[in-house]
Amino acid sequence: MRTLRYLRERYVRELPTLFCPGCGNGIILNSFIRAIDQLGIPQDRLLCVSGIGCSAWIPSPYFKGDTLHTTHGRALAFATGAKVYRQDLVTVIFTGDGDGAGIGGNHLIHAARRNIDMTTILVNNMNYGMTGGQLAPTTPYGGPTDTSPYGNPEHPFDLVELVSAAGASYVARWTTYHAVELTRSIMEGIQHKGFSFIEVLSQCPTNQRHIFRIRAPIEELPTRILEMFAESTYIRGRPARTDYFYILPNIPAEEAIKEVNEALGGLEARARLVDHISYGRLIRVDSEEVDRARGILEGLKVTERVLGPLEGKVELGVFVKRERPEFTESLMNIIKRAQGC
Amino acid sequence: MLSPGRHLVLGNVACGEGAIRAGCRFFAGYPITPANEISQYMASELPKVGGFFLQMEDEIASIAAVIGASWAGAKAMTATSGPGFSLMQENIGYAYMTETPCVIVDVQRSGPSTGQPTMPSQQDVYQARYGAHGDYEAIALSPWSVQEMFDLTVRAFNLAERFRVPVLLMADGAIAHIKERLIVPEKVEVLERRRPEGPECTPFGTEDPSGVPEMPLLGEGYRLLITGSSHRPTGRRDDSPRYMRMKVERINEKIRRARREITDIAAHHLEDADLAVVSYGASARPSYSAVKRARSMGIRVGLLRLRTLWPFPEEEVSAISEEVRAILVVEMNIGKMVREVERAARGRAQVVSLPKVGGVLHTSDEILEAIRRLRQ
Repeated sequence: MRTLRYLRERYVRELPTLFCPGCGNGIILNSFIRAIDQLGIPQDRLLCVSGIGCSAWIPSPYFKGDTLHTTHGRALAFATGAKVYRQDLVTVIFTGDGDGAGIGGNHLIHAARRNIDMTTILVNNMNYGMTGGQLAPTTPYGGPTDTSPYGNPEHPFDLVELVSAAGASYVARWTTYHAVELTRSIMEGIQHKGFSFIEVLSQCPTNQRHIFRIRAPIEELPTRILEMFAESTYIRGRPARTDYFYILPNIPAEEAIKEVNEALGGLEARARLVDHISYGRLIRVDSEEVDRARGILEGLKVTERVLGPLEGKVELGVFVKRERPEFTESLMNIIKRAQGC
Repeated sequence: MLSPGRHLVLGNVACGEGAIRAGCRFFAGYPITPANEISQYMASELPKVGGFFLQMEDEIASIAAVIGASWAGAKAMTATSGPGFSLMQENIGYAYMTETPCVIVDVQRSGPSTGQPTMPSQQDVYQARYGAHGDYEAIALSPWSVQEMFDLTVRAFNLAERFRVPVLLMADGAIAHIKERLIVPEKVEVLERRRPEGPECTPFGTEDPSGVPEMPLLGEGYRLLITGSSHRPTGRRDDSPRYMRMKVERINEKIRRARREITDIAAHHLEDADLAVVSYGASARPSYSAVKRARSMGIRVGLLRLRTLWPFPEEEVSAISEEVRAILVVEMNIGKMVREVERAARGRAQVVSLPKVGGVLHTSDEILEAIRRLRQ
């Protein structure tokens, strides 16, 4: 394990960053740097391309290597030109949900379709952070933002499904809570020959308070959101625990938990407050006697609904890993064919 | 590729051939009439010389890929027409800001909007100058023949490298689709990119406030910061008024100061003229024919043909305004470059506009008639 000091001196151009306190971008920069360090790729063989938005600033200026900071949504198209002409450059694109899936959505599906050998890290904070927290194509349905003050009337993209269907040959999703898995995935993505897409759900303490309905002082938000990422995600292929469930109360969860605790009485059970990405503040009940606990709480006056362990959660992991002819190789074959050899 | 010597080819083919001979090894484009034959030629010929042809998902991506390839070391080009040229404007602005050499061909068709896709116009000449937001100086060339589609494409690449700018070749649907003689020379003069030699470089600044910096490439260990945001000469993003002013002034001054080196006109029969026709591109062809006919009738008229639209050949037009009584400006639009001519003439000669819209060339009769009216 490298020391932070080694990583900073070697790979980071300058510190401190201009990111808001508690922003997820630092975690992602950290994961990226650890990934290239562990792969042993010389930083002068790397090209980082980004668009516009907070995500774009992860490499530019903080990564100490070649960075191409382009126009809004177009990073993948710029990167395509550079990669085709300099195929030896390990090309990594940093984009956001607005940049990559909103204004740049067309380039995203076409880069995936071409299966060009690049790795795209899409930082999804479910809003346009740099411009003040507007509605994004990834904002949850109903979620209030600056430009959806009465709730989001649109449905969000599932970017993993979108990019998989478009033809990407490596597709993964993680959150900033899963920094170790993310680092491993960036390594895999870079090593994979083809278009690799890694979505990272990231915290934006400045703008996510309303989207996630978290009522807390701002300094508590980063940890609250990270814990929420842990609580409301599950990892593909790992056996799911079944010894817990959630109570969605019809009064504020902070008040309802008293009645839940009373009702659970002598049972082997523990109730606590958690944040859930789809339902906001909930009561989580862990119990050795889960069916009995559930039976008791279902009839409780404060219970609006009982939710199963995976309900409304986000699936993480590696979704696609497949072989398809890669674009730059195909172009080289075309040159051979045209030259008659 | 075409062998050196005489050929009978389309204007668009001459453009593609000129590009390859100028060293173009990367082309990205999106289908659009009347520019398609350029893409088709590049798709078939570039791989033969080890170059890359990419058909992108739209024109925005095409110019983006071209800029990316240029930073990777390629001489790169895209070709389009009005609707695509509109889509490209933001990234063309990025190329001015990041001082990225590349060539953009606009085979102008009749607009606004979808307009008449197969019919020529010269309506985008102001868009070439002012299409992107912000302040910059543009270089735009205007070919009037198949031969000039070749020659000016070569020149566009050389100017792009010389000044580290996007250069616009403002062709039109008529020149693009004419088939006429092209002489491919044995050798064309090709300017190579000026690149830093040592380990240190200042990619976006020079000691001379109007200089053109050497251009480092990606993957050479310079750890470049390339950004469309306001930046210091090193490339580091910096919003301060001082750095933005330095940048904007330099990207304007580097072209302004070199105006004489860039501007290019062709004069026909102007020596003894008391009337002048100013025209460019396809509309200079019927203009030339009308001038010759008028001469045979004893009218002392000449033709000044603009081969560079931008920077506008102000001194040349100004000089002619002192020699002639009236200037007729013939162009396939509602009357655009005529304003530049008026500005340069400063009232010394009467300036008359002969516009034409609807997707057709002027006839030489129409121009002759206008010349005769000038005489009265």
